[in-house]
Amino acid sequence: MDILLQQLVNGVTLGSIYALVALGYTMVYGIVGLINFAHGELVMVGALTALSVIQALMASGLGLPPVVIMMAGLLVAMPVCMLLAYAMERIAYRPLRGAPRLAPLITAIGVSIVLQNVAMLFWGRSYFSFPGVVKVTTYNLGGAAVTDQQIVIVLLAAALMAGLLLIVHRTRLGLAMRATAENSVVAGLMGVDANRVIVAAFLMGAVLAAVAGLMVSAYYGIAHYYMGFMLGLKAFTAAVLGGIGNLGGAMLGGLLLGVIESLGAGYIGDLTGDVLGSNYQDVFAFFVLILVLTVRPSGLLGERISERA
Amino acid sequence: MTRSRFCIAATATLLFLGIAGCGEDKKSQPAPKIGSGAPTLSVTIGVVAPLTGPQSHIGKDLENAVRLAAEDANAAKISIGGGPVKFQVMAEDDQADPKMAPVVAQKLADAKVNAVVGHFNSGTTIPASKIYSDAGIPQISPSATNPKYTEQGFKTAFRVVANDNQQGKVVGEYIARNLKSKALAIIDDRTAYGQGVADVVEKSATAAGTKVVAREYTTDKSTDFKAILTKIKGRKPDVIFFGGIDTQAGPMLKQMKGLGIDAQYVGADGIQSTELFKLGGDAVEGTLASFPGLPLDRMPQGKGFGERYRTKWNQEVVLYAPQGYDAFNVFVEAMKRAGSTEPARFLPELARIDYSGITGPIRFDEKGDIKDGPITMFRAAAGKWVAVATIGGPGPAAEKK
Repeated sequence: MDILLQQLVNGVTLGSIYALVALGYTMVYGIVGLINFAHGELVMVGALTALSVIQALMASGLGLPPVVIMMAGLLVAMPVCMLLAYAMERIAYRPLRGAPRLAPLITAIGVSIVLQNVAMLFWGRSYFSFPGVVKVTTYNLGGAAVTDQQIVIVLLAAALMAGLLLIVHRTRLGLAMRATAENSVVAGLMGVDANRVIVAAFLMGAVLAAVAGLMVSAYYGIAHYYMGFMLGLKAFTAAVLGGIGNLGGAMLGGLLLGVIESLGAGYIGDLTGDVLGSNYQDVFAFFVLILVLTVRPSGLLGERISERA
Repeated sequence: MTRSRFCIAATATLLFLGIAGCGEDKKSQPAPKIGSGAPTLSVTIGVVAPLTGPQSHIGKDLENAVRLAAEDANAAKISIGGGPVKFQVMAEDDQADPKMAPVVAQKLADAKVNAVVGHFNSGTTIPASKIYSDAGIPQISPSATNPKYTEQGFKTAFRVVANDNQQGKVVGEYIARNLKSKALAIIDDRTAYGQGVADVVEKSATAAGTKVVAREYTTDKSTDFKAILTKIKGRKPDVIFFGGIDTQAGPMLKQMKGLGIDAQYVGADGIQSTELFKLGGDAVEGTLASFPGLPLDRMPQGKGFGERYRTKWNQEVVLYAPQGYDAFNVFVEAMKRAGSTEPARFLPELARIDYSGITGPIRFDEKGDIKDGPITMFRAAAGKWVAVATIGGPGPAAEKK
């Protein structure tokens, strides 16, 4: 029982991080119909920028409190990611708007490779160990070890997602975003500046990516120049699982994928009598995705789009 | 044209060494490869290791060692077959990827390198060895420990470390006898190396009376081990063995600490690096790891090498630098004995070499494995690896403890 609880705790923590990243995919997809495969690299850049700032502050000997150091890392990482996302949209994607869908998709993959290599040149090829800024305390919750770090990750992710929903559903910008997502031509006729809305979606995604980057590198204690690739792929899967283009779907998909992965790794061996082991962890997650898509092709919360449209 | 160049080369050799006669030189020395006016014979030694990616720190370590060896050999003004030689290093990156390894190996074969130090990983060394064998290029891996490498029957394949059958057996028995483990959990990273060594540990620990309570898997690119560690926690092991590399072991140790697992962590040579302390922080304390060789400070010339390496590269030896340095020098020794830098001529000498390197005496058995390779168990204490026991190996140095 305590093991099941522990796997759930692991899964929910991982799932909240997936959800944050998945939101970046889903927002951009919802508005422009582009799958921004370079989104995972934003997470990587966010993580490494924050890490550099944190390392520098720790080495400076100012004796700042740990929370201030972490916040400083985040506050530098966010604008860096936003700037990068803006540049990405302006240079790589905007000129291709209206081009056949394959072109921006390939461009996104190209941007991803470019960013990975630039990061490799800038930060080097080695793995960075995340410095132990905050002393992690472990609590015992009904037999499961829960760290304060995990609690912070889940709460912060929840707060950010709530904030995002508020922006999308309660502000003029959010209204413009929803309008553009529904029909960009009509929204344009109503005076909505599509370019501004698209940039806003990219920037919001970048902020979430920066936070997710700091979270994931602090949580697993490691950061490196290609950490964004697999994370991005998983988050994309989460977005598709929940129904890409749907904000609630990205959150649900992220959490589900995290939990499925954890439980899969933990129980797949027992379920199959040790025929399949934890090496099938990822296979299991993708298998669930395929299963869901067979039954609901547009994802769990995705709206059914008629073929004729 | 060729004749006149020969004479220049021969004359220079004569002046330089003042021993050999012109006529003899012409017969024994192949044509110089580099441009006219340079009477020296150029010898290129390839070194292949992961120079990018998660294992690049280990790969760079190897490249540094080989470059240092080449520099030393050039400074020593070695002559082979009566003529002076200049050693050059061709470093290639196989990205620790079994698919890349044959591509890189073919590149070295096409460049007609005289010999190859490498590759680093077992998973890359094995597919590459076929290419070198076909091209007749002698290969010494300083670090590939999977037994398969030398079991393929290639005359060109050698290694200067004990293989996993030897290493895994020692580790498995150490877990069962010295640690008196009753419940052992095993994790491997599904690479030729990790899986290979984990299988042997499982076998030898079981044979010595330890029960294996969990066998889990990860990859050589993973950073999240919480799920498998949680499962392992439920089986309550007293020892966890990991077959893999420090890149995974570091965060794994941190995550173990976070989950409150206090089992003894044991690894093999893949985690016995200085990098592990950077990656795992204080969670590394108390970890045990084996290494198919002697500790650097107990190698016959280990101390001096460590200092020169530090002066040259401004960093500590990471892992296999001494073996890489020795592998290079074993080639040089074989070339000297054969009086030729042609692979076909010095290969027989390589097979029956008896060389005293910085890691100790190097001799090969009929398969190409090192004879009497010692295995040392280390414990992590205060950011350093401290040798706790050396098992096997020749000479009195190994029998001290």
